[in-house]
Amino acid sequence: MAGKAQAGGAKSRFKQDEKRRDSDHVSFLKHRGFRWLWIALGLSLATIAGYLLIDQQPRPNGGTWYGYTLGTIGFGLIIWLSLLGVRKRRITTGAWSLKAWTSAHVYLGLSLVVIGTLHTGFQIGWNVHTLAYVLMLLVIATGIYGVIVYATLPQSLSANRKAMTRAQMLDALTAIDRQLESAAQPLARAEADLVIAALGQDVFGGGALARLTGSYPDCATARACTGISRGSEAETRVVALLEKRSEQLAQIRGALRIRAALEVWLFVHIPLTIALIAALTAHVISVFYYW
Amino acid sequence: MSHVLLEKTDHLSDTIYKYQKGKHVMATPSNLVLRSDIDFEAGKRETILGIWDEQIEGHKVNVKYMAEAKAIRGTGDPIPGSVQQIVSRARDGTKNVTELQRHAPPYAIELTSGEVVMAENVVLAIGTQGNPNLMRCPGADLPHVQYQLDDPTEYVDEHIIIVGTGDAGIENARGLAEDPAQRNTVSILNRGTEFPTAKDANVKALMADHEAGKLTIRTESETKSIEPGFITLATRDGELRIPCDRIIARIGSAPPRAFVEGCGIEFSSEDRSAFPKLSPVFESTAPGIFVIGALAGYPLIKHCMNQGHDVIEFIGGNTSLKPADEPIIAAKFAGLPGNRSTEEWLEFLRANVSILNGMNPLQMREFMLDSEARFYGPGEVIFERNAPGSSLFGIASGSVAVEVNPADPSITIPIEAGSIFGEVGLISGRRRGATIRAAEDTVVVEISRLAALKLQSQVPSAKKAIERISIERQLLQMFGSGLKREDVAPLVEAAQVQEKRAGEVIVQEGADDKDVYIVRRGSMIVEKQIGDRPVFLSYLPAGSYFGEMAAIDGSARTASVKAAIKSEVIRLPGEGFLALLDSNPALREKAMRDMANRRATTAFIESRKDEFAGAVDLYSQTAQFLVDNGIGEATDVLLIDEKLCIGCDNCEKACADSHDGLSRLDREAGKTYAHLHVPTSCRHCEHPHCMADCPPNAIKRGPDGEVFIDDTCIGCGNCQRNCPYGVIRMDAKPPKKPSLLEWMLLGKGPGPGEASYAWRKKAAEKEGGQKAKQAIKCDMCSGIDGGPACVRACPTGAAIRVSPDKFLTFTKLAEETQ
Repeated sequence: MAGKAQAGGAKSRFKQDEKRRDSDHVSFLKHRGFRWLWIALGLSLATIAGYLLIDQQPRPNGGTWYGYTLGTIGFGLIIWLSLLGVRKRRITTGAWSLKAWTSAHVYLGLSLVVIGTLHTGFQIGWNVHTLAYVLMLLVIATGIYGVIVYATLPQSLSANRKAMTRAQMLDALTAIDRQLESAAQPLARAEADLVIAALGQDVFGGGALARLTGSYPDCATARACTGISRGSEAETRVVALLEKRSEQLAQIRGALRIRAALEVWLFVHIPLTIALIAALTAHVISVFYYW
Repeated sequence: MSHVLLEKTDHLSDTIYKYQKGKHVMATPSNLVLRSDIDFEAGKRETILGIWDEQIEGHKVNVKYMAEAKAIRGTGDPIPGSVQQIVSRARDGTKNVTELQRHAPPYAIELTSGEVVMAENVVLAIGTQGNPNLMRCPGADLPHVQYQLDDPTEYVDEHIIIVGTGDAGIENARGLAEDPAQRNTVSILNRGTEFPTAKDANVKALMADHEAGKLTIRTESETKSIEPGFITLATRDGELRIPCDRIIARIGSAPPRAFVEGCGIEFSSEDRSAFPKLSPVFESTAPGIFVIGALAGYPLIKHCMNQGHDVIEFIGGNTSLKPADEPIIAAKFAGLPGNRSTEEWLEFLRANVSILNGMNPLQMREFMLDSEARFYGPGEVIFERNAPGSSLFGIASGSVAVEVNPADPSITIPIEAGSIFGEVGLISGRRRGATIRAAEDTVVVEISRLAALKLQSQVPSAKKAIERISIERQLLQMFGSGLKREDVAPLVEAAQVQEKRAGEVIVQEGADDKDVYIVRRGSMIVEKQIGDRPVFLSYLPAGSYFGEMAAIDGSARTASVKAAIKSEVIRLPGEGFLALLDSNPALREKAMRDMANRRATTAFIESRKDEFAGAVDLYSQTAQFLVDNGIGEATDVLLIDEKLCIGCDNCEKACADSHDGLSRLDREAGKTYAHLHVPTSCRHCEHPHCMADCPPNAIKRGPDGEVFIDDTCIGCGNCQRNCPYGVIRMDAKPPKKPSLLEWMLLGKGPGPGEASYAWRKKAAEKEGGQKAKQAIKCDMCSGIDGGPACVRACPTGAAIRVSPDKFLTFTKLAEETQ
C-alpha cells in the first residue's frame, strides 16, 4: 500500500531510475562521450609535457622527483586497475557502474604505457625494475587483445546462437542422437560402428587447440558422414541425421570457440597482473632499500 | 449438535491429500488468529494431514466417506417469491434461462450412491475444483479407466492409452514413456491433428518423443468402446482394436457452479469468476445453506477453517459472535479521529463514499480487509506526481486539491467528499499524474487495486461511476489546466469506452472517419505505409490521445493506429472535440502544437526512409519485435544488446548476489531480433498478469514501480502459470554463502552468483532442511540505492533497462552503440 512514508522514498529512486531510462545506450568504449579516453589522453600528454619541460638532474630516470611522481602515479593506477576483478564480484549498493569501471580500466590502462615508459627514463636493463616494466607491457598487450575481442566477437556469438541457449543446443543434439540410435538399427556392422563412434564421442573433447580454432580433425560424426554410403533407405536417413548432427555440433563448437576467444586472454592477463604486482613490490622495496 | 460430514473420497482433505509428497503447506495470513478447534500451522503435507485425521477422530466427528452429493433440494413448502433464475450458456453463445422454485428446509441431500441424507442446515465447503469430466463410451465405467495419475513410475509392461491433449494429458503420457526400462507402450489420442489447448513447449516435447519412438500420437482418433484388455478406436481409416491395459482420461473438469446453482444458490453475476451471494453469516440465498472457503471467495485454508467455526456457531444460535478478522479491521480504524466503533466506521464509509453505497455489510468487511482508512490534515500530501500507485481513493469526509500544473502548485482543482480520485492509476496501471493534497481535515479510504477490481465486478453501479469520472478526469488532464468540468460535460456524455484486442486496428490510414481517441488502458502503436511496408512511427502509452489531425483539418487519416496489447480506448466524436477546441483558444493552440510535433516525427522518419531505407526497416521491425515480446505493456524491462554482450553472465551473478542467492533472470533464454535480446526477466507490466490470482494477495507494486512478491507467498505457483513471459521461478531460499573474501583467499563456498542446486541443497541440509519453495521474481532491486544490479554489473554496457515510451523511438533504436 502506498503509504505516506513511501511517497518520499519513491521520489528519490524515481529520479535515479528516470536518469537510467533516459541514459544513452552505448558500449564501454563510448561511455559518456569517451570521458575516460579524454582523461587518459590528458594525463599522458601532461606527463609527456612534464618530462620534456622539467630539467631532471642528473638525467631523467625513476630516481628524480619527477620520476618518483610518475612512479607513484603508475603504481597507484596499477593497483587500482587490478581491483576491477573485485569490483566485478562485489555487488554493493550505490550508483557505480561496471561499464564505467571497464571504460576507465581500458583507457587508463593504456595511458600506463606512456607513464611507465617515462618513469623508466628509457633505461632498460636485466633487473627487477625492467622485469616489472616488461610485465606491465605484457599485461597491457593482453588487455588490448581483450578490448579487440570484446568489441568484435559478441556479434558473431549472437549470430551463432540464433536465440538458442547453451542447454537448448545440447538438448537439440540429444534429440538428434536419440533419433540416430533408432535409425541406425538396420545398418550393417561396419556402418553401425561409425554411428556408435559418433554418438560416443565427447562433445567437449578435442583439447584447447580445437576449442580455440574450431577445427576438429578427429570428428567421428564427420567421419561417419563420409563413411556411410547412401544405398538403402535406412542409410540415407542415417546420413541425413548425421548431417543434422554435424550442423548442431558446428553451432556448439562455434559457441565454444567464440567463448574461448573471449575468455582465453584472461588466463594470461590475470596471472601476469599478479606477477606484475609481485615484481612491482620487489621494485619498490629494492628502490627504497638502496635509497 | 447432530451432524454428518460428507466426504467424496475415502480420506479427508482431498485437496491437500493430492499435493505432492512432502510439500510444504503454508498458513497465511499470519495476522489472523485461528478459531477452529482443529489445529493448523505451516508444515509438511503429511504432518498436517496426520494432525487433522487424529483430531477429527478425537473430536468424534461423524464422517461419512465415499459420499458424494449429487443434488440438494428443499423438502418444505415452496418459499413464496423465491425463484432462482439459472442461466446456462451453450457453446455457440446462446443463453437458456430456467427457473427454480426454492423450497424451505429441511434439505434432502441426494448422494451418487442413491442414498438420501436429510438436514436442517447445509454448509458447502466444496472448493472450486469441480469434478473431472468422465468418458462416455461403452465400457467407460470399467475399473482400468482412471482420471488421475499420481506416480508414472508405478506402471510397468502395460499398454496405456491417454485420452486428452491438454497439458495434463501430455505430461502424463510423457511421464509414462520417459523411462524405457518400464517398457510401457504409451499412446495418446487426439481427436484432431493439433494441440490447441497445450503449452507450446509441451507439444514440442511430445512430438520429439513421438519421433524418437518413445510413444505414439494417434491423430484423428476417438474412443469407440472399452473392454478389459482392449480398446476400440474410431479413426480416419476405420475402426481399430488394439491392446490396452489402462486408460488415463484427462479431459478437463466441470466447475461446480451448475451443482451449486441447482441447490438454489444465486451467484453475484454471470461472470465466470463470480462468487455466491452471501449474508454476513455466509448464508446463501437458499435459507439454511451456507457457503465457506474457496467457493465463497476465500481460498486460504485458515480463512476457511475460521468460517467453518463461525458458521457452526451461528447455526447453534451464537449471533453475537464477531468475525475473526474483527481485530484486523479494528486496527485499520484505530488511528482515525472520531471515536467510532468498527461497525460505525464501516457504515460511515459506505454511506459517504458514493461508489460504496451499493455494498452490504459482509462485502464492506471483506472490502476493508484489502483497503486502508487514512486521515490527512490540511496541506498533507496524499500522493505525489510520478509516484507509482494503482489504488483508488474515496473521500469519506473533507476534500482534496489536485495540483494540475506541475510547474505551479498553486493552481489546483478541488475534489469534494463522496467522490473518488486516483482512478487513472488504477485503470492505466501507470504512475500518478498529479500531486494530491488534503484541502482540510480529510478522511479517505484507500482501495487497493484488487479490492477496486472486486468492487467493480460486484457492484455494477460503482463500475459505471468510476468509468464516468475517469473519462471526465482524463479529458481534464489531457490538455493540462484551463478546462472546467462544465466544458467537457457534453464530451463526457458522448464518450464511449471500447475494448481492443492486441493488434486490432482502431484508425486505418486513408480512412475518412473523424473520431478522436484517448488511450485509457494498454498502449498503441502508430504505423504508416511507406513504399510497400508499414513503418513504425511511434508508441502511445495510456493517457495519450490520437486521431485529432483528421478532426482538426478534415483530412483523411495519415497513419494507422493499432493496439499493441489488449487495451481500452475512449472514443470521442470528432464534432464534439472540435466544439471543445472552438470554445477554448488556449486548448486549440496546444492541440495544434502537439499536432505539429507529430507531423515533424513522421516527416523525419519519412525523410530517413528515402536515404536510409535499411535503417528505417530495421527500426520498424525491431520496434514490432519488442512489442511482440511484451514491451508494450512493460514499465521497466531488461534488454540485452548482443552486439556488446560477451556472455559473462555477470548480470545473473549480480542478481543472485543482491537477492538471497537466487537469480531472477535468465540471460540466454528469450527471443532475439537484430542483436537485441529480450531475456527472461520481469517486464513489470502495467497490469501484471501474475497478480490475477494470488491467494494471499502477496504480489504488489512497490514504491519504485516494481512488481514484487512479499513473504506471505504460499508457493502455490499460480503467478508462475499466469505470467505469459515465464519470468517467475519457484525455489527455496538457500543459506548464506561464505563471503567474497573467503572465496577469493581461501576458496570457501561456491563463489559469486547463484550456487549450484547441489551446493544449495547440501548447505540447506546442514541448516536443518530446505526452506519451502516460494515464488521468486525480479523486484527491480527495490530499495537498493543505485538501482538494478543487472545493469550496474554489466562490464560492456550490453544490459540496459528501458521503458517503452522512452525506448520505442527512432533515435534510441537506431543508436550506434559500438
